[in-house]
Amino acid sequence: MAFIPSYWRERAQRLRYEGNKCESCNEVYFPPRRSCGINCDEELKPHTLSTTGKVLTYTVIHIAPTQFTDEAPYAMVICEMDGGGRITAQLVDCPFEDIKIGMPVRIEFRLIQKDGHHGILMYGYKVVPG
Amino acid sequence: MRDVAVIGIGIQKWGELWDRSLRDIWVEAAQNAIKDAGVDHIDTMYVGAMSPGLFVGQEHLSSLCADYLGVTPVHATRTESACASGGMAMRCGFIEVASGMADIALVSGVEKMTDVDGGGATYALATAADGDYEVYNGVTFPGLYAMMAQDYMHRFGLTREELAAVPVKSHENGALNPHAQYPSRIKIETVINSVMIADPLRIMDCSPITDGAAAAILCPLEMAKDYAKGRPIIKVSGVGAATDTIALHSRKDLSVLNSVVVAAKRAYEMAGVGPDDVDFAEVHDCFSIAEVITTEDIGFFEKGTGGKAAAAGETALTGKRPVNTSGGLKSKGHPVGATGLGQIHELVTQLRGDAGKRQLKTAKRGLAQNMGGSGGSCVVHILEVV
Amino acid sequence: MVGIVGYGAYIPRQRIKLEEIAAVWGADAVAYKRGLMLYEKSVPAPDQDTITMSVEAARWALARAGIDPKGIGAVYIGSESHPYAVKPSGTIVAEAIGATPDCHCADFEFACKAGSEAMFVGLSLVKAGEMDYALSVGGDTSQGAPGDALEYSASAGSAAFIMGRENLLAECLHTFSFMTDTPDFWRREYEFYPRHGGRFTGEQAYFKHSLAASKEIMKRAGLTPKDFKYVVHHQPNGKFPRNVGKMLGFTEEQMKAGWLSPWLGNTYSGASPMGLTAILDEAQPGDLILMCSYGSGAGSDSFIWKATERLVEVREKAPFTRPQLDENKVYLTYGQYAKYRGKIVKAD
Repeated sequence: MAFIPSYWRERAQRLRYEGNKCESCNEVYFPPRRSCGINCDEELKPHTLSTTGKVLTYTVIHIAPTQFTDEAPYAMVICEMDGGGRITAQLVDCPFEDIKIGMPVRIEFRLIQKDGHHGILMYGYKVVPG
Repeated sequence: MRDVAVIGIGIQKWGELWDRSLRDIWVEAAQNAIKDAGVDHIDTMYVGAMSPGLFVGQEHLSSLCADYLGVTPVHATRTESACASGGMAMRCGFIEVASGMADIALVSGVEKMTDVDGGGATYALATAADGDYEVYNGVTFPGLYAMMAQDYMHRFGLTREELAAVPVKSHENGALNPHAQYPSRIKIETVINSVMIADPLRIMDCSPITDGAAAAILCPLEMAKDYAKGRPIIKVSGVGAATDTIALHSRKDLSVLNSVVVAAKRAYEMAGVGPDDVDFAEVHDCFSIAEVITTEDIGFFEKGTGGKAAAAGETALTGKRPVNTSGGLKSKGHPVGATGLGQIHELVTQLRGDAGKRQLKTAKRGLAQNMGGSGGSCVVHILEVV
Repeated sequence: MVGIVGYGAYIPRQRIKLEEIAAVWGADAVAYKRGLMLYEKSVPAPDQDTITMSVEAARWALARAGIDPKGIGAVYIGSESHPYAVKPSGTIVAEAIGATPDCHCADFEFACKAGSEAMFVGLSLVKAGEMDYALSVGGDTSQGAPGDALEYSASAGSAAFIMGRENLLAECLHTFSFMTDTPDFWRREYEFYPRHGGRFTGEQAYFKHSLAASKEIMKRAGLTPKDFKYVVHHQPNGKFPRNVGKMLGFTEEQMKAGWLSPWLGNTYSGASPMGLTAILDEAQPGDLILMCSYGSGAGSDSFIWKATERLVEVREKAPFTRPQLDENKVYLTYGQYAKYRGKIVKAD
């Protein structure tokens, strides 16, 4: 079941990749945080993730959660985006044998989940080979 | 702070216990612990459970368990830290006894995972990860550990066959454990040809879905001799707990579980010992790669060598660093909230010399490492014979 | 002055060949290919729809326009496969590109000309001074019923245009719309697949409106076919646009750049708009372009565009249309295609 307010609340992150950054610690936060940590007083500045980055690690999910069963097998990656920030996302449009740690990727806007036949459509970010 | 001892342990055979309810399996384990300790009352109790709400639609275990054990109005609290819920229950009981606020503490864990179907269990377990930024995008628990495995294998050259040595060893031990869910031996070929779950992890790399409970009784060390009945007195000499980022993607190093490193360090410091002083360990092998990484992070092996060490037999019963003599989560089962106490059960069994066919020659000091999710939380206990 | 300040196209990577579909239904692939001039078509993956493709196309348009998305005063998505029957595609696209909340939004539909009418309205509001920029997108993931002629052509893609008054890439010199009530192709509420009137969709529908709109706009502009460098008509297959182009007096050379359908299929609301993006990828300053859409029901929107110097300066800032059509293709079997398009569904 989709949690509609929760989906809507995260839209700046899911649809536009907005996070924030502590200039003094050089740390990018995605999603954005209220503060850098209890030791750091610096005000966090808005930072939108770059849509380009590279793969740090990956897997191919064969046994998927219910809402993703029809897509299995699918690749998941952890990416470091250029300029900072990391995401966990599906890697699509790429044969599994071509996935390499370190390969460049680009964010693409895709449908992530459907709440069954009747519920809302939930969009977000996936990555494609860059 | 007073010193604390473990004077009783209780468990049952873990598995798919279709005809046993959550309260039923928990009460059995608790009563077994109480009987084993020989106490006639308890002053406080903690129940670790990850998600009874999602698995069986039941929260408020504090009341439910105290009621069905027949010990109301004793204080009770349910502790939660994903798969480290049980270990955290132990830690809370320890603190209450060490502080002097209670003398006899019942610490326990339980999980009843088979009332929901596979999809329901996967959904409940996934709440241990970052719901909005990991799970939303399609990752699963095996997927997260598989990503750790890909990073580890890429950097340290561990092969698929070498990684398979871990579940093979666990089943060797589990086959000797009367409480294990899957007490059967397996081969390397079985592991590497089993159904692919998330590349490179196959079903035989993954701990199962299990129903089970485990419990222990703690008391101040100076009272332990009143309950020893000739058995070795076992002190909880080290307790350490720590957190790490909830999402795997936020970690500094994908092959290091910093919550384990720090929790172990805190436990060693408190006990005044180091990894070389520990004779054996029960670690949290939710997936084969987790055992490889955690044995390194508790200091048994240098980073990058744990897998090869397991493949070379160093973690076997007869090896230099026996790990998971119980069979680990893989063979003995992983009722998530109960696992932490299941580890304590094995430690005490070995320290007392009661482990039968899987008894270690030298078992004076043992370490239990219990963690939640992809390593977001960890609690380590060191127990030793005094 | 009013016209295009940014443009972008998005084509999914998946393809299916006409032979693969024909084999399932026992149809004569060779005859179909010759008759329709269709060889293969694009197929959207299950995680792609009109909204996802429109966001990508719109982002490329923004890259070329170089404007702050907050300056966009309207977001209009034209499609006959909007993912929701009630809830506009435009709100999600607008949110994704950062145009909200000071923005007008409406979804457009008119069979295959939903995209061009979004362009017409966007242009008109900018021309009237109601806003500085408008985003107009034509895109579809339309369906053809299994075994029906439309199954060979119904495909997926999105073309996006940002309209403005300054820094134009292509100036809009004229527009003209021609429309009648003609029931040649339709889909009733709650039906999954559209239906059509067979051969009736030719002369009285596609050809009547395309010819009328094209002839009238040229007359009003005082131009003849030889004044144009490029022409693109609605392309439901490879054959119809070539026929209508010839009937009007255009050459194959003029039709070539915008003629995508033999390899793309019919992207419905994206058809002539994406022909336009392919033309803009190569047009030189001063080139005149005639674009004429067709939407069943029926109507045609025609436009005369003139390429500018700035087009050549900025068009490399985003992917071109033709490479997305020709490169990195993944071919599907009919079974995979049927699963992707929801023609076969697992039991609930």
